[in-house]
Amino acid sequence: MDLKQATMQYVTRLADDSIILSHRISEWCSNGPFLEEDLALQNVALDYLGRARMYFTYAAELEGEGRTEDDFAYLRDERQYTNLLINELPRVDFAHTMARQLFIDVFNTLYLEQQMQSKDVTLVAVAAKATKETRYHLRRSHEWTLRLGDGTEESHQRMQKAVDSLWGYTHEMFDVDEMEQQLIEAGIAVDSAALRPQWLEKVSAILTEATLTVPEDSWVVRGGRVGYHTENLGHLLTEMQFLHRSNPGVTW
Amino acid sequence: MATQELDLYEVFLRSRRGLDHKHVGSLHAEDHEQALEYARDVYTRRSEGVSIWVVRSGDICASQEDDSDSFFDPSDDKPYRHATYYELPKAVENM
Repeated sequence: MDLKQATMQYVTRLADDSIILSHRISEWCSNGPFLEEDLALQNVALDYLGRARMYFTYAAELEGEGRTEDDFAYLRDERQYTNLLINELPRVDFAHTMARQLFIDVFNTLYLEQQMQSKDVTLVAVAAKATKETRYHLRRSHEWTLRLGDGTEESHQRMQKAVDSLWGYTHEMFDVDEMEQQLIEAGIAVDSAALRPQWLEKVSAILTEATLTVPEDSWVVRGGRVGYHTENLGHLLTEMQFLHRSNPGVTW
Repeated sequence: MATQELDLYEVFLRSRRGLDHKHVGSLHAEDHEQALEYARDVYTRRSEGVSIWVVRSGDICASQEDDSDSFFDPSDDKPYRHATYYELPKAVENM
């Protein structure tokens, strides 16, 4: 595959991760446990939406066929979406949301640090902005993990259940396929497989501190990067894309 | 979690050009650390500040409405405490 085409696909993956997670977090809007947390969550959702826009715009530019960020976000179906599955899982409860954030925030802390070293200047620019946001996100998810894990009996149980039910979706974050391998060798993409030991160490330390049990690696689900999704993504896209699809080209 | 189980905190912000922290509002939080983060999330979304103070509302000792007679009225009839009370001698010119 030609390098530019591969970069375009790679950037689209990063964009898909960001927009799907952003949408999931935004579902908490007006449903947060209390006003302050509601706003705090929406700040995180907006950070991810900002990333998605930067990545989609760049992907469209690399493709060079006149598509816009909106075409990428609102006019692709689920099989064309290449986000990691963990991003599309339902929010379930606050514990699930925070456990997912912890896993992703630790991952992004490590990932963006490497992305700053990319030979692609646009990816470096996005990483420079995103890494500051992610440090704050991690501060939040770390503290919430401690509060819930080492909180009441119910909060502990819910948090452990969330950690257990999400664990099998974390492995996909460290998969590297042929296309990404090509970009890693070209100094463009991040070698996510290499991040797994550090990720596991950090996440385990936080879970242990929160009196939670680090799950066994007994099951794994993957497929997001090639367009095989859980049933949840279709529902999410239906809601996310409805406005644009029923009013094509609509602007504020 | 219900907000009644949380403490109330007062938030003070110093703006980019400001020299002092100004009271901007209040919020609910579990502890100081969380209050500081929520202050960031709730009160600095539009770059309003570069420094935040949070104080547990219960820790503020405030004057009472009932005290205003004895606290503030006595200074109303002491104009000589204001610089403007004094006439500047001509010799001083500009001060």
